[in-house]
This record gives sequence, structure tokens and C-alpha cells, in this order.
Amino acid sequence: MGVDAYADRRKDRIDALAARSVDDSPGVSLIASAWRRLRRNPVFLLGLAITVSFVVLAVVSPWLAPYDPAANPLIDQVRPQSNPIPGPEPGFPLGADDRGRDLLSRLLVGSRQTLIVGVLATVFGLIGGLVLGTLAGALGGWVDSVVMRLVDVMLSIPSLLLAFTIGALAARPSQWTLIVAIATIQVPVFARLLRGTMLAQRHSDHVLAARALGVKPQAIVFRHMLPNAMGPVIVQATLVLAVAIIDAAALSFLGLGNPDDRQPEWGQMLGASQQYIYDHPHLAIYPALCIIVVALGFTLMGESLREALDPKSRR
Amino acid sequence: MVRFIVRRLFQMAVVLVVLSILLFAWLKALPGGPVSAILGERATPARRAALEAALGLDQPVHVQYFRFVERALHGNFGASTGVLPGEDAFQVFLIRLPATIELSFFAILLAVALGIPLGYFAARRHGSPVDSGAVILSLIGVAVPVFFTAFLLKYYVAVQWNLLPVSGRQDASLDATRVTGLFVLDGILTQEYDAAWDAVLHLILPTLALATIPFAIIFRITRASVLDTLDADFVRTAEAKGLSTRVIRGRHVLRNAMLPVVTTIGLSLGGLLAGAILTETVFSFPGIGDAIAQGYRKRDYAVLQVLILASAAIYVVINLLVDIAYAIIDPRIRTR
Amino acid sequence: MRAIRKVASAAVAGVLALTVASCAESERGEGGEGGGREGDESTFTFGAAGAPEMFDPLYATDGETFRVTRQMFDGLLGIEAGSAEVVPELATEWTSNEEGTEWAFTLRDDVTFHDGEPFNAEAVCANFERMFDQNEAGQVAAEYWGYVMGGFANDPESSLYESCEATDEFVATVNITRATSGFPTMLSLSSLAMQSPKAMTDGDANGIEAQGEGFSFPDYAQNPVGTGPFKFVEYDQATGAIELEANDDFWGEAPASSSLVFRVIPDESTRRQELEAGSIDGYDLPNPADWAGLEDGGNQVEVRDPFNIFYLGLNPETNPQLKDLKVRQALYHALDRDQLVSTQLPEGAQVATQFMPSTVGGYNSELQPYAYDPEKARQLLAEAGAEGMTLTFAYPTEVSRPYMPDPQKLYEAMRTNLEDVGIKVDVKTASWNGGYLDNVTAGKYDAYLLGWTGDYDAAFNFVGTFFGNLKENDFGTEVMPWGEALADDLQAADAVVDEDERAAAFEDINRQIMEEYLPGLPISHSPPALVVGADVEGVIPSPLTAEEFASVSVGGR
Repeated sequence: MGVDAYADRRKDRIDALAARSVDDSPGVSLIASAWRRLRRNPVFLLGLAITVSFVVLAVVSPWLAPYDPAANPLIDQVRPQSNPIPGPEPGFPLGADDRGRDLLSRLLVGSRQTLIVGVLATVFGLIGGLVLGTLAGALGGWVDSVVMRLVDVMLSIPSLLLAFTIGALAARPSQWTLIVAIATIQVPVFARLLRGTMLAQRHSDHVLAARALGVKPQAIVFRHMLPNAMGPVIVQATLVLAVAIIDAAALSFLGLGNPDDRQPEWGQMLGASQQYIYDHPHLAIYPALCIIVVALGFTLMGESLREALDPKSRR
Repeated sequence: MVRFIVRRLFQMAVVLVVLSILLFAWLKALPGGPVSAILGERATPARRAALEAALGLDQPVHVQYFRFVERALHGNFGASTGVLPGEDAFQVFLIRLPATIELSFFAILLAVALGIPLGYFAARRHGSPVDSGAVILSLIGVAVPVFFTAFLLKYYVAVQWNLLPVSGRQDASLDATRVTGLFVLDGILTQEYDAAWDAVLHLILPTLALATIPFAIIFRITRASVLDTLDADFVRTAEAKGLSTRVIRGRHVLRNAMLPVVTTIGLSLGGLLAGAILTETVFSFPGIGDAIAQGYRKRDYAVLQVLILASAAIYVVINLLVDIAYAIIDPRIRTR
Repeated sequence: MRAIRKVASAAVAGVLALTVASCAESERGEGGEGGGREGDESTFTFGAAGAPEMFDPLYATDGETFRVTRQMFDGLLGIEAGSAEVVPELATEWTSNEEGTEWAFTLRDDVTFHDGEPFNAEAVCANFERMFDQNEAGQVAAEYWGYVMGGFANDPESSLYESCEATDEFVATVNITRATSGFPTMLSLSSLAMQSPKAMTDGDANGIEAQGEGFSFPDYAQNPVGTGPFKFVEYDQATGAIELEANDDFWGEAPASSSLVFRVIPDESTRRQELEAGSIDGYDLPNPADWAGLEDGGNQVEVRDPFNIFYLGLNPETNPQLKDLKVRQALYHALDRDQLVSTQLPEGAQVATQFMPSTVGGYNSELQPYAYDPEKARQLLAEAGAEGMTLTFAYPTEVSRPYMPDPQKLYEAMRTNLEDVGIKVDVKTASWNGGYLDNVTAGKYDAYLLGWTGDYDAAFNFVGTFFGNLKENDFGTEVMPWGEALADDLQAADAVVDEDERAAAFEDINRQIMEEYLPGLPISHSPPALVVGADVEGVIPSPLTAEEFASVSVGGR
């Protein structure tokens, strides 16, 4: 599963990423030098271009789409027995889906829901990880032990299986169960990452200096330690966005998607197309292509960011 | 070392018990369930109550849980209601396990056989178009949903071109003898080579689909690891000493670069289990993943519960084995 | 690296040891025994959507299981191929006393079970006694017996079945406690088929146990022995393949194929692809959206006559506004059912005029469908003072039934109609196995989509199921003034012995239901289909979806 592309080397990789953040503590020069190299990196620029267009599309798509994605202007042409999927015709360049809704409009507007699912899943995962990781990293001691055991338990279940379990345990599948399921599998990743950076910083010069100056512990955590941990977190979040979008599609495919399809989402469209995949593969291929391109955009951007922030490659 | 293993096993047991309680309580709280699945339109309140009473589902949840544990200790995990109705859930796991082992084995084999040489080659040509191309290809591999890859393979290779079987594990009419449940091995052991070959043909497409992700990971880890090693001091020393390139590559670079790769392979095995849910569903390949997906659709809670627990257990055990293997390969870890 | 090598060599050694130790030998039969691989033999392979529960029809509840057991077992009564009509099978004729409580069945004298045991009146009575005498788990699992007979040996009061006696070697006399239209028609149910008494005793057929949330079945359920055209060979759970072979000693016409294989393929699009690839010869219930494509591919889509009813259930207990007949009529007039049937249901679907299909005795052919008339609907709502009423309207997800291939689409079409006449629709959904049916039964929905496929050719199996039980029905008729009268009338009509009188009684009830009561809104009857490859011959589609494959052969193989 796509999830595991990064989650797999889980602990090692997360910890390695965390370790990097302490190399240069004042982040400005790091970011500046990273940006200098990124500007010339075609892979990053491609990823950035895809990501930016996707976000812009998600924002403006409701005005761009020729039809309301929930309206079914071609419903009269839908005949289960002879013509389940109306083909392209003037005004409907990609035809309609099995409910007579304009496919192009649904694909366009689908970007918005896809982005919402991806971003919310990432943000919730991040918040969960932030709480656990900060607790563990900042407090240490038994809190650290308990939190990290919990994190290890979560990491000890294959991530899609965990997401699937959480989704399956929801009384009624909805967009929110999907988001929560995907967010949950990101919590341990972010938690470990943040804890690592926190631990690494506890003995670093700027934290020791702040402590010597009598700065309150909370202030140290929030003003000094957290901002320094943001680099790796942003990298990880970019990669998680891609994973979240792919996983949303996988869960929809397994029947755990949002049953209310008035607001389309690509993963859900792909999942729903299974029924018609033999005679009308285009219903699956368009949303799948959208997912692939966007996931690739996030991945390219995240990977280049990772490389740029990696002190080892800065030679 | 022994203490380390014992502690990990103990941890695993705790994790599984906690997980089983959570799963059990949660599943019981869900609406519908096997009773609905069994009765369908015929479900009247009286019939439902009779069925629930007969199955003991009218008891409080904790009582049901203890009954479940008690029965489980005697080897009864509850009968499946949808995947293989009537069969004990753990039996379902055992029946389905060989299929997933077989599929995972070939997938990881393929991923290793392609990923390591390609990774090494790309690292040697670092920065060349070949390298960048391979990297981007591997990133695309990760960005494509597994079930979509599987669907494309099935649609074109099996259906349109009719080159390989569409679904399943083996042609039923072969009447193959079963020994281990691993069909390819069985065919070889019993010298029913046609049966083994047929099983291989059925495995090709699911293997290809399932291998994409581990291939991408192994390729990139190998590449990164070889790059790191090429840069390492001892390789420079070796070069300075004037050792031949071949010796350096074979003896120093590859060997040292393999450590992270071994870890990755181990960890990928757990990920395969997740990928198998999707791949097996597309190819109706009767393994664990297909059983989990079906178990959900049919609300076969007994099977879901046992399979999720067993999968988690397998994953934890694999992690443990990887750690042990790592400790054996790299003595430095043992001292920690 | 050296360590890796060690591990690898250990693994190789292990495999070798396994090879030697396992003494693995091919158990394949030699020569003609090898299954359907001989040139002159033919196999019909059918794609099943799910694994069968087991092979004892008494405990079977789902279509996947019955499709297999039907090929191996015969009932006392059978169903005429291609219709819902009851015909003689193992019993050649039957007569009753005047009260309709004592039935004598004359049996065929040329039948043996697959295990060589003779089929006679004693075997018949052994079967009845076995079905009657179930333990606690068995009483729940033997759903069809419980459903048609009402009770078991421990509660003879509520049981329809009383006793069975072998009055002659080939005459079995069955006593029942009261006359009902369902008897002896119900003996055509696959679930009540005749099984070998010896095999059942040997395999402890009644030793069923509750196990967790399901049942664990005794040995016999995996080794069924019947009298039918095919014999059980094996069920390979690892591949999900069930193999049956022709019964050379079958009492009827010899089966056209020498073996029959059912392959479990849970995913529908995969079933279709397997058919197109030629590795299966057919599958059941193809998605109506695929019919045209399948036929273009040269396959034969066999459309069955509809033997079901799809209805919009209403619950006045939940929403008191629905107690007003005018409101219910308004809802009915608001629905454009012609449009619905032509756009959302497969070819051959019909608009329903009552709660049963036209082929069942007791169908009232004089009833006319409620016309689509939004104006009248609005007017009726206004008269009832229910303009702008809110209706909690539910449909199930994750399911496709023969009478409603795609519940969501049907729901959407109806919602649009209802909103057109000013009704506010509050949508509810739940998955079919995940609480929908519970919610319907618990009265959580004002209106809901549901239906019924008939078990056998009896009016009571339709209307009796819906309204015959006052306390337990999904239409909340208990709170209606006529609810009790309707239930009583139905029970009375069911007890009428004379067939024509009974039909007349049900016709009258159907008229009352539609014109005076309207407890729910019958929508349509849809034909379920079955698809087989181009070279398959001899499939006779059954309205009861109860095809026997004895006549089926695969040409050119």
C-alpha cells in the first residue's frame, strides 16, 4: 500500500528525519539555502506546479464546473438496461456518470473534497501526533514511556489494516470516518517524529541557554523547540498528504467511503466506478489519473524538500 | 538477547489482549451484524430474538467477551457467518493463510530481484538521466493506488488479451493434491507439475500488482544506501589503497549497503499484508486480505476479529524477527 | 553476510527435510477418475457470489447454498421448470382428508439415495421426524422449517407438522394440525428436501451447535447425500470450488453434463470478466447495467419472470400523519412509477398493482395501478392538512436485491417525485447488513424501501408475510383500525382448503388492501436474470431463481 512507502522504514526513517532538525538550530539560513537549491530543482518545481494547480483548482472549481456536481441533467438518458452511462455530447465533453451527472463537473469539483479529506486527515494526524509527541518529548520520564508504547502499538499494525479497522468499526461510514481513519494512522508517525526532535533539542545549546536565562518550560517548548521541529514536520506532512489521498481511494474501494456522493471526491468516484469498470473503464481511469497526478505532485515536492533539508546532501 | 526477545513477546501479548478487547467491545456496539446478514428480509423481532438467544448475543458484552476468551482457549474462535460459513474463524485464517504467504513471497522476491540491482545500478550512475528516470518511475509506482494497478493488469492482460487467468488460485478441474496449501510447492512435491504451473500462472498478475510498492521502496533504499556507502571513508580508503573496482564493489560497497535493505525487506512484509487486502480483492484471490474485505461486507465479525488480531500478531512477529536478524548481522546492536 | 548465508542454507535444508518427511504423493485419481478432464466428459462451471454455508438444505438460508443443494436433492414435491407451479417429484400424487389435515403421499418406487439406501415411506418419515426434532441451535438454524411449520418437537402446540406414518412401503401419511394453503406446496421448498436417513445418522446431522455468532455444523453437512441428478464430490475451501458429479443412477432423465463446478468469485466485475474469458460458463444476477454488454459479447442473458415485489413501506406508528388514508394515497399518486420502471429497472420490470406478482393464485387482475397525478397528490395532502409534511425516508446501502438492483437510484427518483408535491424528505441510510433491517423493524423510518421474493406459489407467502402477523410487521398495522381485521382475514383465507375459494378470498383481500387500507405502496416487480456463455444449452430460467442444472450442457466441449 502507498501508505507504507514512507511509513515502512517507519522508526528509522522518522528518527533520522528528526535528528536532522537539530543540525542548524536557527532555521533561517537553512530555509534560505534550501530554497536557493530548490529553485533550480526541476523535480521540486514540477511537484510545486502540480500542487499549486491542484489547490487553485480546488478553490475555484465550483465556479469553473459547468454543472452542479449533484445535479443530474442527463438522468433522462440513463437506462440501466441499455445505456447506463451516457457518453460525451455537446456540453458534456466527458459524458455523465450512472446517475446522469456531468462527469467533467464532478472531476473538477472532486478536487475540492479530495483536498479537504487529504488536508483534514493530515492536520488531525498532525494534531494527534503533536499532542503525544510534545508530551513525550517535553516531559520525558514515565509519560514518555507510556506514550511511546502506545505509539509502538499503533505502529505495530499495518497502517491500511488499522485504517480499515477504524473505518469498519464506524457505525455509519461518512466522510468523517474516512478522515479519522486516515488521520489515526498518521498520529504515531508524527508523534515519533516530534518526540525525536524534542529529545534531540533538550540538550542543544539554544535550549540550554534559554533554560539558563530562566525562560519558563512551556515557553521553551512552544517558542524554541516546536518551531525548530517544523522543518521535518512539513516534509512529512507533504508526503502524508499524498498517502492520505491514495488511502482515501483505497478505503472507498473497499466499501468504507462516504456513501453520500452529492459532493464528489476522487477516491469515492474511483470506488463507485467498480460496478461499470468492464464496459466503461473511463469512469475509473479519469479519477484514478487525477489521484495519481496529485499524489505524485505532493510526493515529488516532499521528496525534494526532504533532500534539500538534509544536511548531508548540502555539499 | 533472550531477555530482549522475551520482553518483546510479552509486549506483543499485552498489545494483542488490549486490541482484542477493544475490537470485541466495538464490534458488539455496531448496529446490524451477523444476525441481519443471516436473516435478511425474514428478520422479525421474534426470529431475531430467538437467534440472538441461541447465539448468546443477548448477554452483556463483558460476559460475551469472557465466553469468547474461554472458548478461544479451547481453540474455538466462533463460527464464520459469511466468508466460510460454519467454519471456525481461526480455521478460516489457516485455510486462507497459505495463499497470502505464497503471494507475498513471490511479490517480495520480485521486488528484491528487481529493486536491488536497479538501485545499485542507479546509484552507480548517480545523477544521470537513467538514475533520475528510475527515481521518478519509482515515485510514480508509489503514487498509483495498488488496486488500480491491479485492475489495469487484470483488464488488459487477462481479459482483453486473454494471456493469463483472471482470478483465483488454481483451475478447479486440475484436481490437484494438497499438502502444504502452498500450491506451487504442493505441485512440485507431488510432481503434479501442471498443477504447479497453473498456480504460477494464477500468481503472476497479483504478484506484479502487489510488488510495485515494495519494489519502489527497496529500489530507493538500495540506491540511497549504496550512495551513502560509496561516499563512506572505508571505500575511499580502499580506493586509495588501489584495490580493484570490482573488489571494492563486491566486498565493501554491496555488503555494507545491504544492512538497511534487509531491514526494509522485513518491514515491507508487513506492508504486503495491507496491500494484499486490495490486490486479493481485485483478483478474487482467496487469501487473508480477501477474507478481511469480505468479512467486512458480510459483517462476519468472528472472522474480522480473528484475522485482524492474527495479522497484527504476524506483523509484530516479523518485526521481531527483523530486529533479531539485524542484531545477528550487525553485532554493534547487540551491545545496546 | 556470512550469517545470511547460514540462514539461507538452513532454510534450504528445511525445505528438503520437509520434502522427504511429508512423503508427498499425488492423490490424483488415475484414468477416468480425474474429474472433468476427459474428452467425452463435460463440465458446467458456474460462478457463485459467495461461499455456501454448508450442504444440508435444512439449515441453509441463502441462495448460494440452495443453488448447490438443489442439484443434489429432490423434494416430495417439485417445481415445474420455468414456472412457479408445483409438480410431483419424489411423490407422484397426494390426497388429503376433507379437513385438509391428513395427507397421503404416494412415492416413486424406483429411487435410491446416492449412498445406495432405498427411498421409501420410512425414509420420508425419518426426514420429517429429523427436521421436527431440532435442538436449540437447530431450531434457529432451520429457518425455513421454522418459518413454514411454526414450531418444533419441543413446542408441538405452535407446530403445523404433527406426525408422519409409513402406511405402506411407498405411501407416507403426514398429519398437520390445521389446514393451510401453504401445505403441501411448502414441500417444494429446497430446504425441506429428502436426505438419506442412514447418512444423516452416521454423520450426526442434527449435531449443530451455536458457536460465537454463527453455527458450527456437523460432519453430515459437509457430506450430503440426496437423490438428485448430481452427487457431491468435494468442496475445496482453499480455492472456493465445489465439485459435483452426475448421478448415474438418477431416477429421472440423466443429467446432460458429467460434472458441475461452482466457483466462488465474490467480486461481481470479476465474475463477468471470468465469463468473458471463458473460464466460467455462467453466473447469477448480473447487474442490469451489464445486460446489454454481456449480450453484445455473445452471452445469453436469461431473464426470469418476476416473482417478487418491491414496495415503499410506510409506518404510521412512527409518523401519525401516515394514519390518514388520504396522505398515503397522495404519496402513491405522487410517484411516477412508469418513469421509474422504464428508467431505473431492468427490461421486463412491471408496475405493481398489488402486493404480489400476477402468477400467484389470488392475484386480483381487476386492480388498476394508481396513476401518476401530482395535482391530485397535492390536493389530497391539502385535504388531509398535511401540506409540506416531513417524511423520514430510508434506503439501504451496500446491497442489491433482485427486486431493487440499485436502492439509491430508486430512492433518488422517488425523492424527486415526493419533493415535487411539496413533501420534505429527510433522508436516512444504513447498510443492509449494518442495521437497515433492524431499523425498519424497530420502526425508525416513516418510509423505507424493501421487498420480497416469493418462496413458493402461495398468496399467503406474500400478503401473509406482510400483514398476517398483527404484532410483528413492518407496516405498523397494529395502530390502524383495520389492522386486526386484515390479519384475521388473511389467516382465514389461508385456512380455506378449496383452491378456487381460497383464490377468491385472497383476490378480495388484495382489493381491500389496495383500495381501502393501502398500508404500503407496492411499486414494481423486477425480473432477475442469469447469464450463461454462448455455447451453453438447456438453461431454463426459473421465476423462483431455483434453476436445476441437470438439463444444462456446454456445447463444443
